[in-house]
Amino acid sequence: MPTKTHVQTRINGEDVEFLSEPRQSLLECLRDVIGLTGSKEGCNDGNCGACTVNLDGRIVDSCLVLGVEAQGSEILTIEGVATPAGLHPIQTAFLENAALQCGICTPGFIVASKALLEAEPNPSEGRIRLWLAGNLCRCTGYDKIVRAVMDAAGKMS
Amino acid sequence: MKWIDFVQPQTLDEAIKILGENGANARMLAGGTDLLVLLRVNPDRVNNPKLVVDAKAIPELNELSYSPGSGLTLGAAVPCYKVYQNKEIAAAYPGLIDSAALIGGIQIQGRASIGGNLCNSTPSADTIPDLIAHSVTCKIAGPNGTREVAVEDFCTGPSQNVLEPNELLVSLHFPAPPDNFGARYIRFIPRNEMDIAVAGAGVSVTLDNGTITSARVALASVAPTPLFVEEAGAALVGKPANEESVQEAANIARDAAKPISDMRGTMEYRTHLCEVLTRRALTTAITRAQGGVVDAH
Amino acid sequence: MTTTAYEPNVVLATETFDVVGTRPIRHDGTDKVTGRAEYGSDGQPVSVLYCKILRSPHAHARIKSVDTSKAEALDGVKAVVTGKDFPSSPPDEEWSGTTGTFKLKDLREHRLATKKVLYKGHPVAGVAAVNQHVAQEAIELIDVQYEPLPPIMTAPQGMAKGATLLHDDLFTEEAGEKGDTPSNLASHLQYKKGDIEKGFAEADVIIEREFNTATVHQGYIEPHSCTVHWNKDGKVHIWNSTQAPFDVRDMTAGILGLSSTDVRLTPKEIGGGFGGKWEPYGEPICALLSKKTGRPVHNALTRAEELESTGPTPGSYIKVKMGITNEGKMVAAQGHLAYEAGAYLGSPVDPGAQCIFAPYDIPNVLIDGYDVVVNKPKTAAYRAPGATNAAFASETVVDEFAEKLGIDPIELRLLNAAKEGTRRADGPVFPRVGCVEVLEAMRDHPHYSAPLEGPNRGRGVAIGFWFNVGLQSAANMNVNGDGTVTLTEGSPDIGGSRVGLAMQGAEVLGIPAEDVHPSVVDTDQIGFTAGSGGSRVTFATGWAVYEAASDIKRQLIERAALIWGVDAGDIEMEKGVVQSKSDPDLRFTFKELAAELDGSGGYVSGRGAVDPKGEGGAFAGLIVDVEADPDTGKVQVLRATVVQDAGKAIHPSYVEGQLQGGTAQGIGWGLNEEYFMDPEGRMANSTLLDYRMPIALDLPMIDTVIVEVANPGHPFGVRGVGEVNIISPPAALANALHRALDVRMEQLPMSPGNIMEAVWKKGK
Repeated sequence: MPTKTHVQTRINGEDVEFLSEPRQSLLECLRDVIGLTGSKEGCNDGNCGACTVNLDGRIVDSCLVLGVEAQGSEILTIEGVATPAGLHPIQTAFLENAALQCGICTPGFIVASKALLEAEPNPSEGRIRLWLAGNLCRCTGYDKIVRAVMDAAGKMS
Repeated sequence: MKWIDFVQPQTLDEAIKILGENGANARMLAGGTDLLVLLRVNPDRVNNPKLVVDAKAIPELNELSYSPGSGLTLGAAVPCYKVYQNKEIAAAYPGLIDSAALIGGIQIQGRASIGGNLCNSTPSADTIPDLIAHSVTCKIAGPNGTREVAVEDFCTGPSQNVLEPNELLVSLHFPAPPDNFGARYIRFIPRNEMDIAVAGAGVSVTLDNGTITSARVALASVAPTPLFVEEAGAALVGKPANEESVQEAANIARDAAKPISDMRGTMEYRTHLCEVLTRRALTTAITRAQGGVVDAH
Repeated sequence: MTTTAYEPNVVLATETFDVVGTRPIRHDGTDKVTGRAEYGSDGQPVSVLYCKILRSPHAHARIKSVDTSKAEALDGVKAVVTGKDFPSSPPDEEWSGTTGTFKLKDLREHRLATKKVLYKGHPVAGVAAVNQHVAQEAIELIDVQYEPLPPIMTAPQGMAKGATLLHDDLFTEEAGEKGDTPSNLASHLQYKKGDIEKGFAEADVIIEREFNTATVHQGYIEPHSCTVHWNKDGKVHIWNSTQAPFDVRDMTAGILGLSSTDVRLTPKEIGGGFGGKWEPYGEPICALLSKKTGRPVHNALTRAEELESTGPTPGSYIKVKMGITNEGKMVAAQGHLAYEAGAYLGSPVDPGAQCIFAPYDIPNVLIDGYDVVVNKPKTAAYRAPGATNAAFASETVVDEFAEKLGIDPIELRLLNAAKEGTRRADGPVFPRVGCVEVLEAMRDHPHYSAPLEGPNRGRGVAIGFWFNVGLQSAANMNVNGDGTVTLTEGSPDIGGSRVGLAMQGAEVLGIPAEDVHPSVVDTDQIGFTAGSGGSRVTFATGWAVYEAASDIKRQLIERAALIWGVDAGDIEMEKGVVQSKSDPDLRFTFKELAAELDGSGGYVSGRGAVDPKGEGGAFAGLIVDVEADPDTGKVQVLRATVVQDAGKAIHPSYVEGQLQGGTAQGIGWGLNEEYFMDPEGRMANSTLLDYRMPIALDLPMIDTVIVEVANPGHPFGVRGVGEVNIISPPAALANALHRALDVRMEQLPMSPGNIMEAVWKKGK
């Protein structure tokens, strides 16, 4: 009888242990095992970025990471972006700039943008578009998303 | 996905032992950005492995070291972002950064490794023509010790390479670039990122007072393997670094291409692109060889 | 890529309001930026099972046998179903809904085939198992024997004499009559105005062109997803990602042989639809599995299943012939539209035919539309369905006219623009519409006169029309003691509609938008509401909210009359203040009166249930600048400005969002998106790697101009905004490309390879 692997991680600043079959992706573990459903599945092959999480300081597609590979890692998901004090400036900027319509891609964009602004506090429009090239949005045409990121950059600096 | 077991060897010897015991039933895992997709939708192409062997805890496969004297050793599992974030390496090998900063977007670059791209061995791989242009050698380890293979000899067919089932790629070695060396990889894709190359050209030149003393040209997506067009490089040797020489080499590259027509491009279109991309890549490589700085994007 | 200064630009606003026209934060925003909002696959019920679906590998084949025994025996599998588990279908029994009238047996065969498979991906069996991996393993153990048949891949191929037939009981419907031999041509429609031969005789210049457009998909980022529980009391509960809860409920019930109200559908938040989430796909299969297992069953499609087995929009063959005088007056227009319906009838060829020449007042028009079944997935609606294909054809011919006659492309359109009183070829006479205003706003926009220098660059324009729909909606509102108001309605929020509806209610009541608390509720909790699409939510559900709020207003006036002991006729309520006309001291703010309700007769509820007829058609146009690489055929979009008549923008930010989103989809459609079919009729590019939708790096900022020519059929003047903006981009891009590279494209997509071939062909 196949057995599951015991994985220890830190997710959104808290110690989290979970059981995972090796074939389960980190995305699947977050959503179906741990219950953090904020990261979304859009393609399951690294082409849409809806599953973006921050893994040990880098944004990755969690559909392309196995749950068992996350052993010992530090993970930030969309659920960890806001703090007890309130929304992150990026989240507020998305709301104020109407940078979401259906909202399914929004968690991925927010996690990805947060990593960008932490690495480069004042990116140009071109740099933002390049950084976010791995996040697909079908509703907005990206205009308001890019403006929201620029707005957040202005407020965070 | 079918059931897989997962193991994470901590040493190279341990990994070799595991591969020895499991042969084709085992598959090395680095970034996973190709392997996981294949395991889900086309496991036949990777021999339906039952055991996935994580490369990321093996020290030799994670080495990233450079010195101007001895060149660059790039462990097989080192993710792309580590390469382009390393300022020294990025300054010494801007042509390598062309590939590393190109593959699949920031999320993919956070996991995908150049060694993995090589071992995936598709004709459309964005790194391999670049590696060929840099005269890279591949260090392979197995039960009988290590061996070296020139990167242009590594791939033997679509998704096939020289690795035996009990071997793994340890690292890639880039010679220290000689003076006045310039390399460039560009590809053609319909969008501005996230696509597989319809065609790609990885080239390098070394100059001496305006004359090309050595050159290499390799193409992606126009043959069953990445295509090292030796004759295009040979035609540049001894020639002045100018438009005419570049055009001659680009024409040779175009004539050497053997593409198929598929959903990403017709034979005619790909052949045509070989000339365009080789010409443009060589022009930039020459600029870099002359000391010009050209960004990856 | 250039960034222009961002100044939201609203032209010709006809009226100002207190709440309508402002930009409050959307009420569901916090949940959506924190990952709390629950979409189709989020939050599953206890003891849920996972369903995977076995699908045909062939584009066209007879099913000879199905053996599910090995799958049933696999550890972890709880049930397997095939189409035999549906109730039996009398051959002619029909089902009707918003998407049309269909034979029930076809609806069932479409969800689970028992006789023939008609497209690669056609479902044949479903498995419920303890997790998705076991379910996947199980479907691979099901043995199906097929007899492959030749596939039909295009509309002309399907219409050709002697073509292999998909259905032996599909007869061509033409002028109200049904043919007597089976055919792949499901229907032929014709619209006529004037005398086409006479029209062409009067023309000084005639242009005739043929176009082919590839199948494209809506590309919503969230795949179809559903969970179904067939309860022990015989009632079925569906939770899913859908734009049309009542339609999906009704069709699922019909397929299962249940009455509609034995099914309850709770829509989760929806991750995009664009028309493609209007029918059940996994729901009937999960229902059967749930009935067999006694447990809820969940299915989410993979991206490959989405592309191969849901409802893309038709590929098409279109021939356009138009005639114009030397002075620029269009005198004749003829269209032949042959659309691929996919495996079952029902392409949007009719809407395409209604919209193709609609922006122009042309005296002589003849349009023939053909709905043809082919061995591809059955098409579904995609944002102004049918109109984009058609406009690609007509708007590039109009551009050719402009070039030939030496008339500015916008001036030429203005010369012929449809106005109030213009009759369309399909019959309707335009009420007040904003075609002229949109064209003038385009002409007068700084983009249109900005210099565009450099080689291989060009600017193009195009315009499109969409009629928008009304249909039924319901809304309930309840006043709380603190002066806030809850609003329940049944329109899934695909683009910020909750806030727009709350704003309309707030406007009527004279309270802030934040004081209205909207909820999207399920099919047992609100009256029948047609789907979120057809550009109807802000218009029709907005009307229902307007009615509900007006109902509250009436009751509040009566309550104040009671409290004050005066006649209700003496009281008026404006801008949130209830006031006696004769005694100014008798005055309540909304909050004050709300606080008095408990004890004076109880809290107040308002309701609205409407089927409004005054929907306003809308025009939109695009100005686009491109740069083309003459060596590779690659097109970069340098600058884009979309101009659209919204009637009245309730929430301008979300209206801008619709303009930008439709433009981006149209750009993808124009430049790169297509179903690449292999010789056996199977989709070769069913991943988001090779089905190429625009990424952030592919697009510039998309500037918007909201023109407001109020729709007299709506209290705030709303015209639907969701759809019309997707129509112009492919043609505008083609027209820009022509000026950049001197090549006229007659196919979509205008991918780099296709452009190079056109360049080479021209060079020969």
